[in-house]
Amino acid sequence: MEIFVYGTINSVALALYALGFALVYGISRLPNFAHGALYVLSGFITWSALNSFGIPYLISIALSVLITGVIGALIYQFFLIRVRGMEISEIIASYAIALAILEGLRWGGFKGMTYTLPAFVEGSTTVFGVSVDYQRLLVVVIGAILVAALWLFTRYTRVGLALRGMAQDERAALMLGIDSDFMAVVAMGIGSMLAAFAAILLLPLGNIVVESGYNVLILAIAVCIVGGIGSWVGAVLAAFLIGYAQILTVVFLGSHYQMMVALLAIILTLILKPSGLFGQQKELEERV
Amino acid sequence: MNTNAKQRRKERIDRGIKIRTDGLYALMSWREMAYLIAPRFVLIAGLLLLPQVMPGMYWVRVMSIVCIYAMLAISFDFLAHYIGLVSLGGAFFVGTGGYLTAILNTSLGMNPLVAIVCATLLGGMFCTLVLLPCLPLRGVYFAIVTLMYPLFLARVIEALDILGGTDGILGIDSFPNAFLEQYWVIVVLILFLFGIRRLANTDLGLVFRAVKDNDQAVRASGINITHYKALAVFIASSVGCMAGACLVHIYMWAGISTFALDFSVLPIAATVIGGSGTLVGPVIGCLILVPVSELLRDFGTLRIVFYSLILLGFIVFRSEGLMIYGQRKYEQFERWTTI
Repeated sequence: MEIFVYGTINSVALALYALGFALVYGISRLPNFAHGALYVLSGFITWSALNSFGIPYLISIALSVLITGVIGALIYQFFLIRVRGMEISEIIASYAIALAILEGLRWGGFKGMTYTLPAFVEGSTTVFGVSVDYQRLLVVVIGAILVAALWLFTRYTRVGLALRGMAQDERAALMLGIDSDFMAVVAMGIGSMLAAFAAILLLPLGNIVVESGYNVLILAIAVCIVGGIGSWVGAVLAAFLIGYAQILTVVFLGSHYQMMVALLAIILTLILKPSGLFGQQKELEERV
Repeated sequence: MNTNAKQRRKERIDRGIKIRTDGLYALMSWREMAYLIAPRFVLIAGLLLLPQVMPGMYWVRVMSIVCIYAMLAISFDFLAHYIGLVSLGGAFFVGTGGYLTAILNTSLGMNPLVAIVCATLLGGMFCTLVLLPCLPLRGVYFAIVTLMYPLFLARVIEALDILGGTDGILGIDSFPNAFLEQYWVIVVLILFLFGIRRLANTDLGLVFRAVKDNDQAVRASGINITHYKALAVFIASSVGCMAGACLVHIYMWAGISTFALDFSVLPIAATVIGGSGTLVGPVIGCLILVPVSELLRDFGTLRIVFYSLILLGFIVFRSEGLMIYGQRKYEQFERWTTI
């Protein structure tokens, strides 16, 4: 039972990491290597709002999500849009942004064990005979809500439909009057906000450390590759696959091997089914 | 803007001497030959002379580090701009080469120079083998996997406490003498630089560039793309492993820090600043960036912020880089014409 409960929690966490990345990649074909950096950045924004400025927790969360979203959109508007479609430059530029943010934070003194965010609700309960603290349950609940909200957003709002249109066929979307540059900015903004949501939900479970920026990026990418890059359904399913696999390795082999799961998942996917679980439509494009 | 005024545009025309030196006519006069040889001579002589004019041992050491980074940058440039594979993990090559030569030297007691050469070849094979799964694919997979390996290997070594764990492997022999230590890296760098330039102009290089530009056309010609990509990765990772092996023998220590981010980021920054796709540009980029980064050593990780901001600025706003700019000035003249 423990495996089931913690596996589910871990899987939802992975899905949260990956959502923003999958969204940005699916829509503007930008591999956003700054995703993990934005995740850590929003954690530190929340921490500073809470501790340096004394803003109430809920408001600082809202502020941090907004600020991260705006930062993401600005990064796209001012830097990444100029190299749009140039794959090599996109990768290098977004990676440079990630490094600048992460190592800047590290230099700014944000390191060590001192930075933690408080849990939303203290205490714990038992689910299926396993004791779980409320924060982890909240992760699952809010994660599910976020996925559902995103699904509704992309199907029932004008902006969401425009985003999907762009993801499917950018030229056709342009002909229908969708401003593809603006939509790419919006997508990056939403992707960054999703990174911020993930950070705020998951960071109270541990310390805020700069290194987690790289881990989050790697896990997000692993989930996206296994699920089929650009496919959200695939991403959620892959998150569950990797999530359970990780918990199983921790239980049976030890926590050292946890990171290996992500790498092995990527390598195996690339060897066996390079387009991922749900990437049929892009299969021909990516396989040489 | 006043539309009635005559508009002007800048026109670039090849210099006469550039045209004359394109073919066999380069042998026409000393002036033409000097025009061709001068840039190459300045580079080679400059690299060979630099250790002699450096003030003190510290800067001689910095020169060796410049050459090591320059090898990594060449390897990045070759992969990214001749095959179209972006490697974000120069540190992976450095770490592999470094640890291999350390093992060969300490466990098997090989002579440092032999160990370096063996580590270069073995490391190239190892890197190619582990990168093989992502080669049949295009897109971002290669970048992602190369980004993951160094982070991952560092953690594996740390967690499983193999290969010396966090202490690293100690007691590695240094180069036989100081002269060899200075000049080995420089000569190897020059050989790699001109070797890869030469390679890029052979038929093999043509296939490489075709893979980058239009892989379907290459496949339609009955050429196995994955095979050529693997070959290119072998060449590039061997260059990277050579850099790592030299580094380890210079410091006489191999540890987790050989997987550090510096080795991945600085070469990319140097390539972008120096001029992508020129192979000489990365070397020039390293000659500028590495000493600057030595001067900034006190600032710790701010150095990485500094390179990444330079990198971002150059790639977004000035993507041509110094070398291409210089080459244009050297080969062409510009004038304003009215249209």
